[in-house]
Amino acid sequence: MSGRRISTRRIFARPARFAAIVPYVWMVLFFLVPFGFVLKISLSQTAIARPPYIPVFDLTAGAAALKAAFASLSIDNFRLLVSDNLYVLSYLRSVVVALISTSILLLIGYPIAYGMARLPKRWQGVAMMLVIVPFWTSFLIRIYAWINILQHDGLLNRVLLMLHLVSQPVVWLSTDSAMYIGIVYSYLPFMILPLYATLSKMDTALEEAAADLGAGPGKVFWLVTFPLSLPGVGAGVLLCFIPIVGEFVIPDLLAGSNSLMIGQTLWLEFFMNKDWPVASACAIALLVLLIAPLLLYDRLQRRQLEAQ
Amino acid sequence: MAEEAPRIGAVSERAEPELQAVAPSKPQSPAAPSEKAGPQPRPQPNVPLLRIEGVVKTFGSFRAVDGVSLDIAAGEFFALLGPSGCGKTTLLRMLAGFETPDEGSILLRGMDIGQVMPHERPINMMFQNYALFPHLNVRDNIAFGLRRAGMAREQIDRRVAEMVALVKLGGLEKRKPDQLSGGQRQRVALARSLARRPQVLLLDEPLAALDKKLRESTQLELMELQRRLGMTFIIVTHDQEEAMTVASRIGVMDAGRLDQVATPRELYEAPASRWIAEFIGEVNLFDGEIASREPNRLTISTREVGAIVVAEPRHPVTRTMVSVAIRPEKVKLSRRGPVADASNSQAINRLEGVVCDVSYLGGLTVYKVKLDSGTIVRSTIANTARIDIDAYGLGQRVVAWFAPDDCMVLQQ
Repeated sequence: MSGRRISTRRIFARPARFAAIVPYVWMVLFFLVPFGFVLKISLSQTAIARPPYIPVFDLTAGAAALKAAFASLSIDNFRLLVSDNLYVLSYLRSVVVALISTSILLLIGYPIAYGMARLPKRWQGVAMMLVIVPFWTSFLIRIYAWINILQHDGLLNRVLLMLHLVSQPVVWLSTDSAMYIGIVYSYLPFMILPLYATLSKMDTALEEAAADLGAGPGKVFWLVTFPLSLPGVGAGVLLCFIPIVGEFVIPDLLAGSNSLMIGQTLWLEFFMNKDWPVASACAIALLVLLIAPLLLYDRLQRRQLEAQ
Repeated sequence: MAEEAPRIGAVSERAEPELQAVAPSKPQSPAAPSEKAGPQPRPQPNVPLLRIEGVVKTFGSFRAVDGVSLDIAAGEFFALLGPSGCGKTTLLRMLAGFETPDEGSILLRGMDIGQVMPHERPINMMFQNYALFPHLNVRDNIAFGLRRAGMAREQIDRRVAEMVALVKLGGLEKRKPDQLSGGQRQRVALARSLARRPQVLLLDEPLAALDKKLRESTQLELMELQRRLGMTFIIVTHDQEEAMTVASRIGVMDAGRLDQVATPRELYEAPASRWIAEFIGEVNLFDGEIASREPNRLTISTREVGAIVVAEPRHPVTRTMVSVAIRPEKVKLSRRGPVADASNSQAINRLEGVVCDVSYLGGLTVYKVKLDSGTIVRSTIANTARIDIDAYGLGQRVVAWFAPDDCMVLQQ
């Protein structure tokens, strides 16, 4: 009797356990192993060869050779990252661009998400579609479309001239403004969706209760709506901030070339300088830099789950 | 008595010693409790505290509230009773300011507040699911409205302590709402809505989420609290027992209209319509027409049970199609039935039949008697003795009889 019960439990437990393993297998195969490769390359020396670096160790050479290799590991590439201010400046610029973009995204995304959450139920689906619909076109094509809009005789300048807001075409392309327009445009859905999810779940009776207790519309927002939407704000901010730090395509196509974001520097090291070890060191430094907000995000999510 | 003009949104800062839960409440007649209500402008005897005049609210083509007029006096415990969708909550939300009336006006002490924003009304509401702020603890929830009123810190502290004692929440001030039981949350919501000493407290199904026992004890506490504070309470409920327990007057709503406003007893013993008779409590109904009229007596001939004699002097004879309503507890059962003669005027209405269903409910037993015509008559008999040898069994032939005085004649 009891034996049978155990066996049925096992049958039910097996797929569940298997499902729990899948993400770990995925992480090991597609994150940890490649990360090991990158780490290994970052510790090696560059060379004119194919691949363009001297492997620091060879797994086929045996244990003694491996020991020797570990003894001679070099962190020169990481020293270079700190000593050459090209890298430091790229990192700084990446973080600054990500901070500014995320702030703009929050300022634009919050009212949109709030408006969506307060629409009649049947219109919320439509609004949601409108937010998601750009994803049906290739990201790259949409950025090229922005080049078209922002160029010298592009749509934006023509509209500005027609409305007599400017007397001469404004230079948009290859400026930071163009880059911010591109970033904010591309990441807006990632800001809106988590905010919308939080705000639409919020009980509107809470806002009514605050008004009933004497809070004007501004107080209602700052004392009730905003604090209760903080999990959504956190999710949206991190979902935007982290990928923007590593963003390559948008600054490369829309911003000028006089200052680089870390993604662009990395690309240059890898494809132009063919310096795989430094590029790898860049990548690892970037990852370490982003672990802090990632951990923060993780903690936030866990606290939210606990609250539920 | 303050001589200042009535200020909308004013929060009373006067110390009111009788708010303390420990203080023995002074004997206070319910007829003049308004002396104790929050800020008191100069007495205006002819103006009711709250006057609702021809209020209409439509949502699209749906008339949620369809021409309601109602006066509520200061110190009243008023219940809006009706089935779901009858417009009672919409009416309450208009009093709170969350909806604005499309037509008509809402006057508070003679001032039209129909268009006044919710945060500027001296009216507070206790929400159906309490709507406690989940990110604030009990103390900050209660203090929320006081802070908005710009009260001084120590005054807020004092008022919060007063409120916590009033609803017996001592020791829980630092808890967040999700760390409280349902009953405790209900108390926090009550304390929060009372803290500003509103001129009117609105309660939207305040006890719906509580279990039966807790609901009954809380009903009594609400009544006690209302009497002690002398505040005007307006409660919305779909539960007729709850309305009858707590309220001094009940307004019955159906399809956006206020059908009858009366005391619980009037509502039960003299309902204005057949619908209300059926909505409030149980009732036996017989359709018929007025056959003859004598002084203080009407004889109504019904298809189902023949002639019924009722004592209903005020009823018009012109409308002949009526319903006779008789409450089950006023239908008596006996084995042979009292003899119908001049000395026993109570036994004129005799219906013979067979007991077809017996439900023992503890204090009461509900009998269903199937008459020879096939009509079922319900009779409720109080179980006044522990051992009842006279209880009627299934299939027993009985006489169901009732007095003309206990019959109600209702228009169809």
